[in-house]
Amino acid sequence: MDFVQSFRLTAPEVLFSLSGLVLLLAAAWSRSDAGARVITWLAVAVMAVAAALVAPALFSGAAGPGTLAFSGLFAATAFAAFAKLLIIAAAAASLVVAPAFFQRIGAYRPEYPVLMLFAVLGMCLMVSSTNLLTLYIGLELNSLAAYVLAAFLRNDDRSAEAGLKYFVLGSLASGILLFGTSLTYGFAGTIDYAGIAAALTGKISTGAVFGLVFVFAGLAFKISAVPFHMWTPDVYEGAPTPVTTFFASAPKVAALALTVIVAMTAFGNQVTAWQPIVIFAALASIVVGALGAIGQTNLKRLLAYSSINNVGFLLIGLAVATPKGVAALLTYLAIYVAMTIGGFVALLMFKDANGEPVEDLRDIAGISRHRKVLAACFAMIMFSLAGIPPLFGFWGKFVVFQAAVDAGMVALAAIGIAASVIGAFYYLKVVKVMYFDEPVMKVTGKSDWMHQALLAICALAISPAGYLLTKCLDSLSTSAAAALIAP
Amino acid sequence: MAGFPILSVMLLVPLLAAVACLMVEARAARWTALIATLINLGLGIVLWANYDVGGAQWQFVERAALFSGFEWKLGIDGIALMLIMLSVFLMPICIGASWEAIEKRVGEYMAAFLLMETLMIGVFAAQDIFLFYIMFEAGLIPMYLIIGIWGGAERIYASYKFFLYTLLGSVLMLIAMMWMVNEAGTTDVPTLMAYDFDPTVQTWLWLAFFASFAVKMPMWPVHTWLPDAHVQAPTAGSVILAGVLLKMGGYGFIRFSLPMFPEASAQFAPLVFVLSMIAVVVTSLIALVQHDMKKLIAYSSVAHMAIVTIGLFSFNPQGLEGAMIVMLSHGLVSGALFLCVGVIYDRLHTREIDRYGGLSINMPYYALFFLLFTMASIGLPGTSGFVGEFLSLAGIYQVSTWVALICTTGIILGAAYMLYLYRRVAFGDQKNADAAAMPDLDRREWFLLAPIAAVVLWMGVYPESFMAPMRADIAALDARLARAKPEGDAHLTAPKPEAATATAEHAAHGGAH
Repeated sequence: MDFVQSFRLTAPEVLFSLSGLVLLLAAAWSRSDAGARVITWLAVAVMAVAAALVAPALFSGAAGPGTLAFSGLFAATAFAAFAKLLIIAAAAASLVVAPAFFQRIGAYRPEYPVLMLFAVLGMCLMVSSTNLLTLYIGLELNSLAAYVLAAFLRNDDRSAEAGLKYFVLGSLASGILLFGTSLTYGFAGTIDYAGIAAALTGKISTGAVFGLVFVFAGLAFKISAVPFHMWTPDVYEGAPTPVTTFFASAPKVAALALTVIVAMTAFGNQVTAWQPIVIFAALASIVVGALGAIGQTNLKRLLAYSSINNVGFLLIGLAVATPKGVAALLTYLAIYVAMTIGGFVALLMFKDANGEPVEDLRDIAGISRHRKVLAACFAMIMFSLAGIPPLFGFWGKFVVFQAAVDAGMVALAAIGIAASVIGAFYYLKVVKVMYFDEPVMKVTGKSDWMHQALLAICALAISPAGYLLTKCLDSLSTSAAAALIAP
Repeated sequence: MAGFPILSVMLLVPLLAAVACLMVEARAARWTALIATLINLGLGIVLWANYDVGGAQWQFVERAALFSGFEWKLGIDGIALMLIMLSVFLMPICIGASWEAIEKRVGEYMAAFLLMETLMIGVFAAQDIFLFYIMFEAGLIPMYLIIGIWGGAERIYASYKFFLYTLLGSVLMLIAMMWMVNEAGTTDVPTLMAYDFDPTVQTWLWLAFFASFAVKMPMWPVHTWLPDAHVQAPTAGSVILAGVLLKMGGYGFIRFSLPMFPEASAQFAPLVFVLSMIAVVVTSLIALVQHDMKKLIAYSSVAHMAIVTIGLFSFNPQGLEGAMIVMLSHGLVSGALFLCVGVIYDRLHTREIDRYGGLSINMPYYALFFLLFTMASIGLPGTSGFVGEFLSLAGIYQVSTWVALICTTGIILGAAYMLYLYRRVAFGDQKNADAAAMPDLDRREWFLLAPIAAVVLWMGVYPESFMAPMRADIAALDARLARAKPEGDAHLTAPKPEAATATAEHAAHGGAH
């Protein structure tokens, strides 16, 4: 394995590291708004280039030993490429919506794009990890950037609180994960996924089971699956909305992809050991996410519960533990990213006459009268999140449940889909508030063109027109899943 | 006709018009909607004219492999043709009924209705099981908005109830569909209709489908969303709900439950009979004591739908044909009755029966139409209601005389509540001055009611026009069900010679086609 090959495979990550460092230096010298804007667009350009570098691996269905870099510490497979493209797209979206939000209160700093680049770098490492060390480095790199981002509004108490909460609980989760990895290492004698899989076959010792459980607990925290979801509503509410957009999309993709990698490769021979855990987390997330959202009046908290709810559906794809289930999870992730970005961008566009963000559900009452397009887009996103056809969100649930049914897990599918009806209730409530209630005329602020464009793209993607993408999504996610789970 | 994708065009016209309606102001939206629905009616007539009775079972088939996992596949048989005709016939009438009654957010209203039309035609024309599901479920969104935005005082509760009830019913059906597709290896409805599922599994699949269709139908005891939704919906919303949406449940039974799970259908037929008998008697009695006209008609819908279900599960051609005719007839008649309520509601803004009285004096033409539809609802010979109810009951008589007996009491009770309603509204003293001052039908209302009246009489006098396209499909379904047919308790025996002539005549008749 020569270095040239390794660097070629890790080109996007190298690009992120170098450009992150260069832009950090640039940020140190340019404190002006204009400078911050330039750095933002440079970061977006870097992401675009990285996406172009990543894409070939996905379309060629890269798999096998040819994808390993640096003596097998890193794998640039089609699976990783699928996740990376989603991560980069989500991060870029969270980046371009930020300036308009922060500049109004004079809080935009060039650190924002730089931190974003480092977070993306961490996430790319996560989804390319082939052993527990790469996993941990990626995860921490991402988390450290994320803690700072959560507290980005330095003078805002809520933001600071969100950052602190995220940091404390995130560190705890990292500790749990580390404990799990050390136990796994102890019982498997290796940190390499393939080695762990080879070591942990058949009936395994109680200690190894503990290791597995702790690893899954740590990962469950990162994907905010029940019962490790408690931080999510608080952090989502407190963090500045563009950062919440980011949290709800890119790190979710990375952490879920990572969970899939760990479950299907490292613990690929222990499906019976982790399957009950994942099934429980999936159903509990669906139910708790749905019930928790019903009482919320803050839209950010509501979307936080909605993301918990969606993680439940995504985990059903993992619980199935078949290549089809993994492919379904990837398809759902792609749709989930579009819905989440769309939802939060719409939220960013809810502003009163002074440009203050409007986050309360009651304040968007009747906006369908005076902000028709915005209301229609947000209603579409709500119906899509609820999984009502013909919106594209239905397709995500469809493929996940179909994978479950094909694998013979009909009961899981039936319970999961019945529980989705509970979730439909609060999505309907949002639509009801926007469409049926008398207008309060609070949302009157002008929208940034960037937000409008992004919302339009997301709305188009989740509209029935999205079904035209199903063939493409299906073939890509199938080849990505096949790259991960070698036959 | 070959090559022209008429079904896709029929789906596309209202969809494009819906988008257009969102962008224009009220007056233009009304006209756009009317023109689009009339175009679709025209296309529907072309469809019927070109439908080859006695030809291939599935006609106008279109397919395009646009999606992964399912296909864009459309096609109709006689049953679907009739229900599509019902939809396209009622749509312009709904638009007309909303012409003046809807004043706020007209563009969105018209768009919701046009979207509804696309989805209804889609449900009946879909030949891919998942495409059917998507169309079937998607109808919830526009209907939710129609009830919630333009409905009456209790509209929000009603809209939630409608949405969540029907959604919960449907999701389990989706899981069953996935299982079937996995088992049979195809999403093609005609193929699945001929696929023999294991009878023990059929039980579960049948129950999952039943959960959905019984709610949609609606059958007692899951009918409670219907009176709320009907009462709160605007007039045209009620018309479309009663006229077409309820038929989706019956269509589901006839297209999916019966042919795909014949054994399970036979097994559960007693359950359906019991629920239907209860529905016929109980909801008729409930209808008898209503003070709200719309609620009364809503309960009568539940009773009529129970006649449909017993016809469907009688496993013989009379019953199946009767069920189809009841569906078509009920679609027209209940729609017309809701329009009749709408006419006086627009004048007095109340649905309270006691607020009216003696309308035949000041509104003679209105009273005439109302009487016709009342009689059709009761099932007076010469109207469409008679044909369907008679056939359904004749069909069920061969299976169970008791069910026939009890369901026939529903017809008598139906006469009771409808005549009682009519007496209180149209006859008697003009006890309310404001009701007595109401003007008779205007030209627009004539245009709404007269076509329905004509079709009701047509279907009553010469039902052959409507039964001919469906006959071959009903026969095919009957043949499919033959192996699971439960033995009846009637043991009908016809005198030999007459039976022979009848068969000979039938054969000659069939040959003439």
